[in-house]
Amino acid sequence: MRRRLAAHGIDHTLLLLAPAVVFFAVVFLYPFLYGLVLSFQPERYVGALGNYQQFFADPFLRDTIGITLGLAVPAALFNVVASVPVAYRMRGAFRGKRLLIGLLVMPVTLGTVLIAKGLLTLLGARGWVNRALVGLGLVDDPVRFVNNYEGVMLTLIITGFPFAFLLTLAYLGGIDPMLERAAATLGAGPRQRFWQITFPLLAPGLTVTFILTFVLAFAVFPSAVLVGEPAGETRVLSIVAYRAAYEQFDASMASAIAMIMAAVQLVVLGFVLAVRGRMYRGVRARR
Amino acid sequence: MTASARLRELKLDRLSRSYGTQVALAALDLRIEGGEFVALLGPSGCGKSTALNCIAGLIAPTSGTISLDGRPLDAIPSERRGFGVVFQSYALFEHMTVRANVAFGLRMRRLAKQVVADRVAAVLRLVQLEAHADKYPGQLSGGQQQRVAIARAIVIEPPLVLMDEPLSNLDAKLRLEMRTEIARLHRDLGLTTIYVTHDQEEAFSLADRLVVLRDGETQQIGSPGEIYYRPANPYVADFVGFRNALTMTLRKRDGDSGVAEGHGLRARGTVAGAGSDGPVQLAIRPDDLVVGGSGSGENAFEITVDAVEFRGRSFVVEGRTQSGQRLRGSSEATVPIGERVTLRAPAAKVLLFTERC
Repeated sequence: MRRRLAAHGIDHTLLLLAPAVVFFAVVFLYPFLYGLVLSFQPERYVGALGNYQQFFADPFLRDTIGITLGLAVPAALFNVVASVPVAYRMRGAFRGKRLLIGLLVMPVTLGTVLIAKGLLTLLGARGWVNRALVGLGLVDDPVRFVNNYEGVMLTLIITGFPFAFLLTLAYLGGIDPMLERAAATLGAGPRQRFWQITFPLLAPGLTVTFILTFVLAFAVFPSAVLVGEPAGETRVLSIVAYRAAYEQFDASMASAIAMIMAAVQLVVLGFVLAVRGRMYRGVRARR
Repeated sequence: MTASARLRELKLDRLSRSYGTQVALAALDLRIEGGEFVALLGPSGCGKSTALNCIAGLIAPTSGTISLDGRPLDAIPSERRGFGVVFQSYALFEHMTVRANVAFGLRMRRLAKQVVADRVAAVLRLVQLEAHADKYPGQLSGGQQQRVAIARAIVIEPPLVLMDEPLSNLDAKLRLEMRTEIARLHRDLGLTTIYVTHDQEEAFSLADRLVVLRDGETQQIGSPGEIYYRPANPYVADFVGFRNALTMTLRKRDGDSGVAEGHGLRARGTVAGAGSDGPVQLAIRPDDLVVGGSGSGENAFEITVDAVEFRGRSFVVEGRTQSGQRLRGSSEATVPIGERVTLRAPAAKVLLFTERC
């Protein structure tokens, strides 16, 4: 019996997983299930699905899905797409590479709040740029650079890009540089080498990068409040969930919104992985 | 498959490459004719791969020129040289099937689909991989991957095929098989091949001409026979198996033959290099230094045996002379350890280099 289990990779070493399983159950599984159950016990609305019916009936709430996706998807796409050429250029060894990587990655260490504060100081209604513009007489009233969609997008890019860049750089490092040289000897120019060789090999990594930056951007909260327009353009899911919980004290509704957030993210993840699976059936088949 | 667009001559003129102050390749002069099989031979770091990469256009030479049929190649990027390259690591495109890997070079040339399919099929038949055409490189054995790499390089019918240690990742038996295979393809397709290896046996068996390199410097260029029997200097001699080396003094020289003395020994052999006296380096292959007879005299070296190794057809006998010089000879029968025996070599098999290693 033991042998047969061992043949399937089941033996005593699996016990080492026990702490992780307990931890997972206590800090993730229990709160998740608790929230799920809670979301079906509405405090203000009727029926088990009352919270959900209300969410989808009220445009103020329903529209937050579109608003959040409208921020997270373009931000994640931009971060992935922009990180590829930068990382591609930085494949080889060159002088100052570590310094440059350090500078590119720095924003990660700053945190969203600090970046939001910086943006306000620089681009806010009474920020340096606006004061200079008004002082020079170029505009009469301060230009609205932040406290809108663009402001939030900017912080999502500033914080998300370094992640995307680091991941892409690591994935590129995993591709044998000899492959491009081989392609060159077979007559492929620089463009063909990238699109025919490097890009297809990089694509699975890019989907993972996209998913991570997307999830990061989807949960945007501080910058949506600080440099966004939390009542309008940047009324994201996390804001309405927060309001339900701490302004209306409706923990049940807040749980329902959290569940909707999770569901939307899962749908996007599922879509991305499905596309990836379709593209890379071949490579997966050999592993 | 039709014969490749044949080159008339490839000329390397003082081809050099340095990395900072380190010279990887120093002034390599070489002329290769169409249909020739030339091996660049030397230990790792001797500059042989650097030379190959310069020819392939993957590394820019620091100085010197490469010309193909009188046309300089310096400004032509790798993708427009059209040479077939087989890499040591094979560098197969892992996201493409065998068929797509082989077709890649033809697709880059924008040939008609049917032409591509026909030529790929023909080459896959040539390397006996038809059955694996739709597999991915990761599903193939080392030898099969090697054949894909060769097929991919020759399907474009290149004027020149460059091979960089193509067999070094294979086991001994497969290496022999693929060696025969490469020789057959070279001959049947009338290819012109430059082959980089550190394995002298491989180089001797495949090449029409060899270039022996050391620390980027050309040591000798010649046919396998010339290099095997008449190495140009003690370094090449050691590299091609003259494992007995003694420093002696040249006493007499008469044309090519001379007599040297030292360590209480006296040797007669062929002198290589200028000068008729002074220090010389003696070089003899273990196979030519045979146990037999006794006593002293010319080309008789007495040793006390301290190691005997069975080699199938013969035994390798190792020991020290009275003055402590280590020598290695061969014997048809085994010899007891500790026994004093005399090793003898015919004068024709003894080399005396006036130039030091």
